[in-house]
Amino acid sequence: MEFQGYRRPNGKVGTRNTVLVIPSVVCSQGAAEAMTRNLKGTVYLPNVFGCAQVGADREQTKRTLVGFGANPNVFSVLVVGNGCENLPAKEIAEAIVPSGKRVEWIEIQEVGGTKKTVAQGKKILREMLADAAKEKREPLPVGELILGTECGGSDYTSGLASNPAVGEASDLLVRAGGTVILSETTELIGAEHLLAKRARTPEIGKKVLDLIAWWENEAIKTGQDIRGANPAPGNIAGGITTIEEKSLGCIYKGGTTTLEEVISYAHPPTQRGLVLMDTPGHDIDQLTGMMAGGCQIAVFTTGRGTPTGSPIAPVIKITGNALTAKKMRDNIDVDVSAILKGKETVKEAGKRIFDEIIAVASGKLTKAEKLGQRDFCIFKIGLNF
Amino acid sequence: MAQRSKAIVINEKDNVATAIVPLKEGTTVTVDFQGRKEKVKLRSPIPMGHKFALQEIPLGSDVIKYGEPIGRTTAPIARGEHVHVHNVISHRGRKEAP
Repeated sequence: MEFQGYRRPNGKVGTRNTVLVIPSVVCSQGAAEAMTRNLKGTVYLPNVFGCAQVGADREQTKRTLVGFGANPNVFSVLVVGNGCENLPAKEIAEAIVPSGKRVEWIEIQEVGGTKKTVAQGKKILREMLADAAKEKREPLPVGELILGTECGGSDYTSGLASNPAVGEASDLLVRAGGTVILSETTELIGAEHLLAKRARTPEIGKKVLDLIAWWENEAIKTGQDIRGANPAPGNIAGGITTIEEKSLGCIYKGGTTTLEEVISYAHPPTQRGLVLMDTPGHDIDQLTGMMAGGCQIAVFTTGRGTPTGSPIAPVIKITGNALTAKKMRDNIDVDVSAILKGKETVKEAGKRIFDEIIAVASGKLTKAEKLGQRDFCIFKIGLNF
Repeated sequence: MAQRSKAIVINEKDNVATAIVPLKEGTTVTVDFQGRKEKVKLRSPIPMGHKFALQEIPLGSDVIKYGEPIGRTTAPIARGEHVHVHNVISHRGRKEAP
């Protein structure tokens, strides 16, 4: 089975052909925004970190930014630094080089102010765009896709309709040789035993249980009831009572195949098939982590509705809630509310989602892309000093 | 395809059903449960997407949905009563009350 995509120099496949500007630090975000403005085909990451970070926290920010640059949806990269930050532009650019694409870096202090930096950046971006325009889509195996799965703004329809339907689509992709990332570790609390049972080895199963235990312990350490954050107030209004109930509905997205691997935040999968990435339940933190791990396309189920999109990859929004499908039609790509009306089976809806994944991977634009919705948020794990 | 019931029971182990339309107090709802049609008279209004008890659930016992425990009751729940945050608490992610 094939889709129409871009083959990159390192052999990976992309669903988009973006020229990406990465501000290595929050201070250069303004220049990055200015140089991509009115330059169709370019996009910048609204990065708010990149300085005064140490240890694992700095490493995670770097890995995420590098992962975005290396993502096969990105044709070439310009890293823009300020010059004095502790996550320098050069360091990020050099880490992206092994992906084989063109990577440049400039610094505001070196170039001499914002205006000159924007002008120089635009010049580089125009060259990159001219080269990007020469790239052509070609038939590529569906099995090379890494699909990110996510649910946000969940309500009762998520566990009853949209997540089971996405699970069907996940199974279809895994059977075609592809990779599916399940994430949002906190939203496995109460359902981890079911996932651990499906692990390829007892070690992988134990990793699942250990991860959930860590997150649960972190929640308990705050001294607060996790319900203050998860389920969110909207989840509760939508009929979800506890984190366990939300989690049990949530894991349907991963389908029924064997869990092959557990990876940490923003790391690329090393196995094909179903993998679990350790991320928070926070929608944009986890979406960002999956994209940094090389995912080229995502499906996002929602009950209450959400506008989420990514700067570098299409995010297909799916709802099982008929009211939301109608009320938020400019955000929703696939309506599977017929499942609860008994007019479509979960299997039929899953096939429809799978077909949409192939169409979008081949270039069809999602609602979030049309709206220019480009959410980006790195999962921060330490203090800024 | 036949008209769907106004409430869904996902797993035969479940002791709650999920309303897929808003349901009024006093209505009798027919649900497919353990292979038979079960009639439940509602003791409270049930907003769309919310749960009601299929049987009496004593204080401190498990509420079961998707065939798995989703929390335990903080008050005895009668058959047909609304089951939500006012009478169910999570087992997970929080310190047990002293």
